[in-house]
Amino acid sequence: MGYIFERLKRSLSKTRRNLSSKLENLLKFRGKINSEVLEELEAILIQADLGMKTTAKVLEKIREERLKEPADIKPFLKRELVSLLLDCPRSINLSASSPSVILVVGVNGVGKTTSLAKLASRFREENKKVLLAASDTFRAGSIEQLDIWGKRIGAEIIKHQYGSDPAAVAYDALSAAQARGIDILLIDTAGRLHTKKNLVEELRKIKRVIGKKKKEAPEETLLVLDATVGQNALSQAKLFKEALKVTGIILTKLDGTAKGGMVIAIENELNIPVKLIGTGETLGDLVEFDRGEFVEALFSS
Amino acid sequence: MFEGISVKFGTIFKKLRGRGKLSEKNIEESLKEIRLALLEADVNYKVVKKFIHEVKERAIGEAVLRNITPGQQVVKVIHEELTRVMGPENNKINISSRPPTIIVLVGLQGSGKTTTCAKLGGYLKEKGYHPLLVATDIQRPAARKQLEILGKELGLPVFGDGRDPLDICRGAKDLAISEGREVLLVDTAGRLHIDEKLMKELKQLKKVFQPEEVLLVADAMTGQDAVNIAQAFEGTLGISGVVLTKLDGDARGGAALSIKAVTNKPIKFIGVGEKLDAFQPFCPDRIASRILGMGDVLTLVEKAEKLASEEDARQLEKKLLKDAFTFEDFLSQLERIKKMGSLQDILGLVPGLSLPNQALSFDDRQVVRTEAMIQSMTREERKVPHTIDGSRRRRIAQGSGTSVEEVNRLLKQFTQMKKMMKKMGKMGKFGKERFLNFGT
Ligand SMILES: Nc1nc2c(ncn2[C@@H]2O[C@H](COP(=O)(O)OP(=O)(O)OP(=O)(O)O)[C@@H](O)[C@H]2O)c(=O)[nH]1
Ligand SMILES: Nc1nc2c(ncn2[C@@H]2O[C@H](COP(=O)(O)OP(=O)(O)O)[C@@H](O)[C@H]2O)c(=O)[nH]1
Ligand SMILES: [Mg+2]
Ligand SMILES: [Mg+2]
Repeated sequence: MGYIFERLKRSLSKTRRNLSSKLENLLKFRGKINSEVLEELEAILIQADLGMKTTAKVLEKIREERLKEPADIKPFLKRELVSLLLDCPRSINLSASSPSVILVVGVNGVGKTTSLAKLASRFREENKKVLLAASDTFRAGSIEQLDIWGKRIGAEIIKHQYGSDPAAVAYDALSAAQARGIDILLIDTAGRLHTKKNLVEELRKIKRVIGKKKKEAPEETLLVLDATVGQNALSQAKLFKEALKVTGIILTKLDGTAKGGMVIAIENELNIPVKLIGTGETLGDLVEFDRGEFVEALFSS
Repeated sequence: MFEGISVKFGTIFKKLRGRGKLSEKNIEESLKEIRLALLEADVNYKVVKKFIHEVKERAIGEAVLRNITPGQQVVKVIHEELTRVMGPENNKINISSRPPTIIVLVGLQGSGKTTTCAKLGGYLKEKGYHPLLVATDIQRPAARKQLEILGKELGLPVFGDGRDPLDICRGAKDLAISEGREVLLVDTAGRLHIDEKLMKELKQLKKVFQPEEVLLVADAMTGQDAVNIAQAFEGTLGISGVVLTKLDGDARGGAALSIKAVTNKPIKFIGVGEKLDAFQPFCPDRIASRILGMGDVLTLVEKAEKLASEEDARQLEKKLLKDAFTFEDFLSQLERIKKMGSLQDILGLVPGLSLPNQALSFDDRQVVRTEAMIQSMTREERKVPHTIDGSRRRRIAQGSGTSVEEVNRLLKQFTQMKKMMKKMGKMGKFGKERFLNFGT
């Protein structure tokens, strides 16, 4: 666990540096907490993409608590933010009866395919038999992209042609997985905006088709969110959840300067746990999300 | 969840109406709401701060001069300022008199560079150029294949042989010269703005090939980080313009303002879909409306167009241009709108309509009433609405089982709609083409 913590800290170090150095400056402020300090704090939180609502909520709490000394802000903030995040297990759901099915969804370009490959690679390291389904039959090059990842990981892939029915690919893949004694089937899907009803319906069809073949499947429907995205992430999570009963989130691109603060509102308001975070482009760059560590890494100096 | 500023403006209007001119205090009050709305639209915190400050200066200065309602004045000032900051409109692609012209697309991972590279290729091809697409992303698996498939779809050649991006560009340039291709469109690997090694690679590419354009491709959904990204690409590399992608979703697109504010480089084009023709010139006042939550006319048109045949569209456009849109047409539009599902959604997309309708809360029952009112008009009245005087209004109200107020509202709304549509009819050539091509 210590290892993971170190890694997370490292991967979040830019975030941490940024937020905490601002926070540190704030704490050096000598007088009492006044409107200026609160405004500074607001700036920090909003710029971390926490969103207006969450920021207002936190600031209100600080006012209510009648915190007086700037030095009290940091521990209070930490506690407050941790408590907004879910207190729940965040491991990937697998069922006792193989194959477990993991469906990966999200808007365009957020890192679905890469995250799926990272996840598959991790299962391979645990000596599980994995199979990949190329249900993105739309985006140019998507099948070849998954093929290359499959080869690197040593996982087989089920693919049809471009333009074919994504649900049919998923169905075939599940049949193959059952026949071949596969432990985990991961289904890659085409990126689509959450607002496009017909495209979201296509994902529902994938779920339906799989569910007919195996009642519990998919065991996980993972929504991939890009940390660079701002307020829109909440809309994405809301609509995908409504349509697909999303069971978890992968938050990608935390190796940049974006803070991914929107997940706080998402967990708090929509009850979807962030399970994993993406911290780079290679297979190893996938880390467990832990709310304590997340907030700790954001604020510890 | 993301109630737009239009809702808020509704409140502001109510608060300010009937109070005479703007005082510093009620400007203050409405600016607070606008600030919130801008932040909710993902405009960067610091950019918002600066923007609000400037607007305030201007609004106060104007208050004594004009005599329109205070609410209108604030909205007008904000919209104008937003449009001004994000403008002027500039979607010129710099083509060198000494070919080949080199255009490089840069940006974060997944922002839409490869797709934009192809879209731009299609756009330039239509203008009579012969672009060569250059695949230099050797990082992302099958990135070259992706561009090759897109190139094939457009009938454009793709070049991607070489050891590294520099080498590939060299080969591409030679090929372009020998085959008379006057534009090179260079797709690059996605990279983080803080990745020093990869940023250096781009700098090197720029130094060696002196491209006419370096376009930053950015995702319209980008949050607060947009300023860091834009600042870094502009600061370390130097860009000539911006392409904003994925505007077909429900993101308010505040990143547009953030990026323009920190780089002062023109946003030249926008991406509005995954298909290769989903590419449009950037239009500052439309994005301004969108950021403010005042809607996007084109989105409405797009929805409507899906249900209309191309012939209908042509007819409608002719009418719009001739300013001959009548209640008859409105009636058939309503029929269409009814088929489109959630009216609330659709009306929310129409600037000008969204404000007054907030009060109207235009639901499906309202459609039935509206239809009844139009049906109670004579043919003549439907064609020449301005002949509908007081007594006619009363007759229509009676005939349709509605009230004179409702008829008044409808007539007012119709006038607004006509104005809005006229504006739409005046869109540039590219826009008009799109207008006709919707749904295909
Ligand atoms: N820096 C960074 N880049 C990432 C991360 N995850 C994915 N990427 C990159 O983001 C880009 C898009 O990733 P993909 O996995 O192809 O995204 P996708 O969601 O499958 O994209 P579409 O299928 O086109 O919708 C690629 O260049 C990836 O290498 C991450 O955690 N950090
Ligand atoms: N909805 C939508 N999707 C887009 C748009 N532009 C690109 N995309 C999609 O975004 C994803 C990433 O685009 P790509 O061009 O591969 O990005 P790159 O990694 O920057 O080269 C792909 O799924 C594209 O189809 C757009 O304007 N709208
Ligand atoms: Mg993909
Ligand atoms: Mg690419």
